[in-house]
Amino acid sequence: MITLNGSNKTGQGNTMLKTDNSPLTTYQEGAEAKDAIVEVSELSLWYGATRALTDVSLRFPRNKVTALIGPSGCGKSTLLRSINRMNDLIKGVRTQGTVMLEGSDIYKKGVDPVEVRRRVGMVFQKPNPFPRSIKENILYGAKVNGYKGNHDELIEWSLKKAALWNEVKDNLNKSGLALSGGQQQRLCIARAIALQPEVLLMDEPASALDPISTLKIEDLMGELVEDYTIIIVTHNMQQAARVSEYTGFMLSDEKIRGQLVEFGRTAAMFSTPKDKRTEDYITGRFG
Amino acid sequence: MSAIGVGEATIKGGTPPPPASAEEMFRPNMSARKAKGYIFSGLGIISILIGIGTLVVLLGDVLIRGLPWLDLQFLDSFDSRFAARAGLKAALYGTAYMMFFTILFALPLGIMSAIYLEEYAGDSRLNRFIEVNISNLAGVPSIIYGLLGLQVFVRWFALERSVLAGSLTMALLVLPIIIVAAREAIRAIPSSIRDASFAVGATRWQTIRYHVLPYAFPGILTGNILAASRAIGETAPLITIGALTFVLFTPDDPMDTFTALPIVIFNWTSKAQAEFHDLAAAGIIVLMAVLLTMNSVAIWLRYRLRKRF
Repeated sequence: MITLNGSNKTGQGNTMLKTDNSPLTTYQEGAEAKDAIVEVSELSLWYGATRALTDVSLRFPRNKVTALIGPSGCGKSTLLRSINRMNDLIKGVRTQGTVMLEGSDIYKKGVDPVEVRRRVGMVFQKPNPFPRSIKENILYGAKVNGYKGNHDELIEWSLKKAALWNEVKDNLNKSGLALSGGQQQRLCIARAIALQPEVLLMDEPASALDPISTLKIEDLMGELVEDYTIIIVTHNMQQAARVSEYTGFMLSDEKIRGQLVEFGRTAAMFSTPKDKRTEDYITGRFG
Repeated sequence: MSAIGVGEATIKGGTPPPPASAEEMFRPNMSARKAKGYIFSGLGIISILIGIGTLVVLLGDVLIRGLPWLDLQFLDSFDSRFAARAGLKAALYGTAYMMFFTILFALPLGIMSAIYLEEYAGDSRLNRFIEVNISNLAGVPSIIYGLLGLQVFVRWFALERSVLAGSLTMALLVLPIIIVAAREAIRAIPSSIRDASFAVGATRWQTIRYHVLPYAFPGILTGNILAASRAIGETAPLITIGALTFVLFTPDDPMDTFTALPIVIFNWTSKAQAEFHDLAAAGIIVLMAVLLTMNSVAIWLRYRLRKRF
């Protein structure tokens, strides 16, 4: 995987911290070290005896949308879930390598995953509001984390940020489950934002939604990225092309489970992919 | 998209040659196939009728013999040597008192065990051993619990033949039922809810406290009521630990001796006078009314409080 030739059209310098000849552990083109909010280095992960990630290294640039694409089972969701340590909840998971959030390793001994999850929000594939009122959905994260501020202001602020306020402001005591699927997903985004996270992880956030709701979520991401760094896993390559500025392509094959094949500017990757496998995938030849 | 280097997929072998006529190849034999269906549903109806028929005959017999005896005096009198004056007062108080303490002991223990097994326990050998044995305990004959209660609570703890000894024995008896029901209720909560809670930075306990327990509550309550109705009807363990049969007072202290509904019924059926057999039928009606009420409440609660996710 020699990738770094002729990619200067992206305007970003090629960053290659590792100069040894082990290509899988090199940082591919992406953010400069100082621009990266999340820096994954040589991350490997096993579910019991099954390997799911192999030496993944990449930097997620600050205040950008980065998409992770790849066929089913390529490890993109696993990579996403290791950035807020959700994988720790699965029995038998073993992780090796580092994930730096703002320069400190979230897998370092003594780091509490609960604290990491306050700083790195997550939105799931299927909208999963709590079977409680809209208000309680927003306030739950604040409550468990000992929020000191004004609750009503937090509710209004979060719902406005998630472009849901106008639809629900007269009905904040209604159950979150009474909302439509698209509204539920925006409620989940509001719930994540209420904690003022540094990074927002989205695991196929629109795959269970109709096209109009999908569009609303995508528009919302465009607005949220001004304040947050967004990392989105998606099966939909058009969506990756629409919403993201950077894209990582992942793949699992018989030899290497869950590897990062290519990372770079979305526009560049979709027009002139550097790896044959990336080209095959985005032109629809497999996956 | 260029197709260079991408081979066309070819189907090997091809399809089998079409038969001359589909009519010749299939033999539907509809009448025989349908007949089998009718026979099977007929057998099913007969099976149901046998069960229901037995129940109707039993209930009819009990009602015919017991209803004439059923009045307020019967509920509000102590036992007596004369059938006309005998009543259930001591048994009703004893049962109520015993059930109160049974639930008091069994419910917290059962819920906490279920939470531990579902939310905290790993997949270790010890935990699997515990799980299997809890299921086994639910199938242990109740007289075994009676023998256990006799040795442990009546003798070792020196609780004598008290309400407390009966309650503790019954609590052991229903504990597996409560644990199994609570575990099922907890397991029915989708993992997406737990994920949502963890993802906003809640600890495991906060997730249990604010989501798992509240959402599992209707199921736990149902299991609890069903366990209680099982305990109310149990006779063998109470006889084993030596609950009294002829009691002329209501217990007002957990250390008092006592009697219970099934014990009194059992006692009356073994008397020589025929009136007492009819009196036992009246007692069975009362016991059944209590059980049916409890089960109805359980079903109603399950529907009323059910949450959809």
